[in-house]
Amino acid sequence: MQIFAFYLFASVVLASGAMCIFSRNPVHSVLWLILAFFNAAGLMVLVGAEFIAALLVIVYVGAVAVLFLFVVMMLDIDFAELRAGFMKHLPLGLLLALVLVVEIIFGVGAWQSSGMGQATAAVGIPEGAPSNIEQLGALLYTKYVFLFEAAGMILLVAMVGAIVLTHRTRSGVRKQNVANQVARRPEDATRNTQPEVGKGVEL
Amino acid sequence: MIGIEHYLVVSSILFVMGMLGIFLNRKNIIIILMAIELILLAVNLNFVAFSAFLGDMTGQVFAMFILTVAAGEAAIGLAILVIYFRQRGTIAVDDVNRMKG
Repeated sequence: MQIFAFYLFASVVLASGAMCIFSRNPVHSVLWLILAFFNAAGLMVLVGAEFIAALLVIVYVGAVAVLFLFVVMMLDIDFAELRAGFMKHLPLGLLLALVLVVEIIFGVGAWQSSGMGQATAAVGIPEGAPSNIEQLGALLYTKYVFLFEAAGMILLVAMVGAIVLTHRTRSGVRKQNVANQVARRPEDATRNTQPEVGKGVEL
Repeated sequence: MIGIEHYLVVSSILFVMGMLGIFLNRKNIIIILMAIELILLAVNLNFVAFSAFLGDMTGQVFAMFILTVAAGEAAIGLAILVIYFRQRGTIAVDDVNRMKG
């Protein structure tokens, strides 16, 4: 069952990663990216890292992918023009990717045959052990508490930076001025006239 | 039985795929950012797999930090993209030479 789930998740994550890159429409790309993240979260659940998997779904699917979707849909971009060099780069790119993946597999093979990979523990939580979230919290709030604070700082800086970069004050926009509205009195705003019949009112 | 090598193969293929995406879509910075997210996802998968198979929680803590940095990077990158698009009306990045650097 676990093997079946692994191959299912792995094949879908790889396929949707490929579709994300090769898709013509960037909106489709974002959607494929979301699928890839969901299945990567599934892979992480399989090895017992539930918290990271949940975080992946919440942060990536809930925030980052939606941000991408917003930007893709908001900007009016001629995407066909941007794909101009795609076919030209395809053979060289595929060659490069092939070389890199062979290198990585050789690297893993060398690591395996060197005997360092023998220390693989059994997957799954042993009986009586604290849950994944408990272990993570115990580590995060003690040993890595300063790194945790630093991560919060990074997020704060990113938020402030994004706001500063994209915020602009538009000219010629009519805004509501609450103080003016409250200070307005009836005698300033209205007047009594008694026009003759057939005559209009001068404003 | 699923071993760590399976996870390593999946994450290395995903990593290379992200790299290929950067290489192929040189002009479209949105796809480049998505490819960077794919690369970070592959790294995260690697961290989590090692963490689980070696019985050490540190990998998952670091995966969390990578997630944080990736979120910040995406936010800043897309903000820069939006102001660049406002100025130039295009997002073709292979001819960004305004500063002549």
